[in-house]
Amino acid sequence: MKETAGKKEKASRVAMPEQKPEIRRRNFEEVPLGYTVAMAQEEAARCLQCKKPGCVEGCPVSVDIPGFINLITQGDFTGAIRHVWTKNALPAVCGRVCPQEIQCEGKCIVGKKGEPVAIGNLERFVADWERENGTGALPPQAPSTGKKVAVVGSGPSGLTVAGDLIQKGYDVTVLEAFHKPGGVLVYGIPEFRLPKAIVAQEINFLERQGAKVEVNAVVGRTVSLDELFEDGFEAVYLGVGAGLPRFMNLPGENLIGILSANEYLTRANLMKAYRYPDVDTPIPKGKNVVVLGAGNVAMDSARTAMRLGADSVKIVYRRSRDEMPARAAEIHHAEEEGIEFFLLTNPTQFKGDQKGRLTGMECLKMELGEPDDSGRRRPIAIQGSEFHMDTDLVIVAVGSGANPLLTQSTPDMQLNKWGYIIADPETGKTTKKGVWAGGDIVTGAATVILAMGAGRKAADSIHQYLTWGW
Amino acid sequence: MFKIVKREEMAEGTVILNEIEAPLIARKAKPGQFVILKANEDGERIPLTMADTDPDKGTITIIYMVVGKSTALFKTLQVGDAFQDVIGPLGKPTHLEKLGKVVCVGGGTGVAVLHPITRALKKIGNDVTCIIGARTKDLLILESQMKSASHDLRVCTDDGTYGHHGFVTDVLKEQLEGGDVKLVVGIGPVPMMRAVANLTRPFDVKTMVSLNPIMIDGTGMCGGCRVSVGGETKFACVDGPEFDGHLVNFDELMLRLQAYCEEEKACYEDFCTLRDAT
Ligand SMILES: Cc1cc2nc3c(=O)[nH]c(=O)nc-3n(C[C@H](O)[C@H](O)[C@H](O)COP(=O)(O)OP(=O)(O)OC[C@H]3O[C@@H](n4cnc5c(N)ncnc54)[C@H](O)[C@@H]3O)c2cc1C
Ligand code: SF4
Ligand code: FES
Repeated sequence: MKETAGKKEKASRVAMPEQKPEIRRRNFEEVPLGYTVAMAQEEAARCLQCKKPGCVEGCPVSVDIPGFINLITQGDFTGAIRHVWTKNALPAVCGRVCPQEIQCEGKCIVGKKGEPVAIGNLERFVADWERENGTGALPPQAPSTGKKVAVVGSGPSGLTVAGDLIQKGYDVTVLEAFHKPGGVLVYGIPEFRLPKAIVAQEINFLERQGAKVEVNAVVGRTVSLDELFEDGFEAVYLGVGAGLPRFMNLPGENLIGILSANEYLTRANLMKAYRYPDVDTPIPKGKNVVVLGAGNVAMDSARTAMRLGADSVKIVYRRSRDEMPARAAEIHHAEEEGIEFFLLTNPTQFKGDQKGRLTGMECLKMELGEPDDSGRRRPIAIQGSEFHMDTDLVIVAVGSGANPLLTQSTPDMQLNKWGYIIADPETGKTTKKGVWAGGDIVTGAATVILAMGAGRKAADSIHQYLTWGW
Repeated sequence: MFKIVKREEMAEGTVILNEIEAPLIARKAKPGQFVILKANEDGERIPLTMADTDPDKGTITIIYMVVGKSTALFKTLQVGDAFQDVIGPLGKPTHLEKLGKVVCVGGGTGVAVLHPITRALKKIGNDVTCIIGARTKDLLILESQMKSASHDLRVCTDDGTYGHHGFVTDVLKEQLEGGDVKLVVGIGPVPMMRAVANLTRPFDVKTMVSLNPIMIDGTGMCGGCRVSVGGETKFACVDGPEFDGHLVNFDELMLRLQAYCEEEKACYEDFCTLRDAT
């Protein structure tokens, strides 16, 4: 933050103000507070405006990063947001949740010697600035094509397709199984990391442009994929996510007090159970909480448990720190909030009392052996290292799979051996005519930006199909 | 919004019937399937198996017992009021097959769930005997409907105020001993379903039960509804709600249903105090 005396010394990265750990660990308000205009311009000035920018290469949707940063330096924030929008429809979301350290910021030249330009923070800044000060003017829209497109699933992937196609003049209907649109952005990622008002505004923005959003529509149950075509839709995009919780398959796993992260986070975020009993959905409040896994989902679960008043929250992960898949910022925030990390540790069974309630967990210590298929070193149990951990709430966050609900009822669409939909990586076309797919249901659980990138390619391909044919 | 077009109180006001406008669901629903309902913005998602559907009118009927805060809130909704969200039809439909003699056993509001299944089993040519029970005469529901949905209706009350004095299982036992029963469908409180399954096991008669664990989404994404069936974990909302009663771990289900009982009790009491104060 401090600009030090010597002119030659490079300016250091402008830190984003945050709620203090001791305070934020017990509330649900957003942790990083955002840049002021002065901070944003100071940070923007650190960008070298590279001719061959590494950052753009690192960005899955190729945002013109030096371009929008330059507009920030010039004070043209409207221009900057418009520039970002041409490649990324949800910058307020991406600025907050993208793993910048392995994408744009990971490739930033300034990062070779010091800290990279805070591209994520700047992206968030321009999006927030627009939300607070912008005119709210709608983007230009092509004349109506009179053609109807259905988008199944309202996560980042589906929302991107809807936004692109509405601007290209299509009549777009988004069908969402839950009672609220947004996908993982509303049911998974907590309020303290991504305020729900931001997601609601993005959806409102789509609706103002004419997109219809139908909630409580479970495709495969309320309406089948084929019926959508009968109802006059000419193309269908499937962005249904990877919503099948994985469990550990260990003895005692059905004890009360063991929840999938999907259930725990859905209760907390979508159902707002952290406000129970002001709302009607309860959530278990553990005293000694254990979260299994070390991805973003695990960090979100652990930090939620801390905010719900736990005495202790432990992340239990069978590999080591280097393999933890979460964003660096989330791990850092979790540690600051007092979450303990039990690495190279694996549970073997759960213990309960007479009422079927969880009381503890048996664990083994692990060590790392040879690399496995994923290239990560395989954890191996250490003989005789058994130990017991007291816990009354375990949240299982060890990944998710493909939910078969929709695909089961669509036998003429090919799936891979894990049940994910097979789709052309360039166009998103599935093996069923008129049907595209993208996001987590094609790649397996991945990231917001990859789901959006897939949505953009599919929207282009759908446009082409509806103009020229399959 | 899903408007209530008809409302009835049954069993001394402890059980409520709502007929609700939900044309898409009514068009699709089959016997044995359920819906998830949410009354308002801050409401809880509550799964209820449909008691009837009318595709022409575009309505579905649910019958529920008032047991906690959410159902107490549902009870305050009158004709013309609406549920904010109704999602469905969810779950697998009942597997319907012509087998011969079938006995349908219902207890409490389980009778409502049993109704469309019984009717469908009769319609495809089974010889359907129906046994329904309640604690006492005034708590009995759907007697006339069950009579027309089956060939032979037997009624039991625990206190003997009406029909057979005793449990549905007493009458079921006679039926099983009479021989030739090909299928038993048992739907009601968990202890009743467990008793039915235990009774039919030695007779080796296939027994179907419909489970009602705690649910959130009803689409297989949370795993909150998991039940152990034949030693395997199943998600009741997508793999069920109907399962082979001889394989279900009822003890685990009973315990899991108690997961939030303390929170719910406190919340319900608050709600009642507030409601009665206004
Ligand atoms: C807790 C958590 C934290 C995460 N943190 C990050 C992060 O920090 N950074 C990051 O980049 N990524 C993160 N991810 C991953 C990221 O959220 C996902 O990769 C991304 O949301 C996938 O987008 P999607 O559009 O494919 O699917 P989703 O966001 O999963 O949306 C799918 C939608 O489809 C709906 N649906 C499913 N089936 C049907 C059906 N049959 N009919 C109608 N609708 C249906 C679902 O209800 C859902 O709303 C996180 C994920 C979770 C769970
Ligand atoms: S690599 Fe870094 S310095 Fe170069 S243009 Fe991108 S953000 Fe600016
Ligand atoms: S209710 Fe969530 S998986 Fe069944």
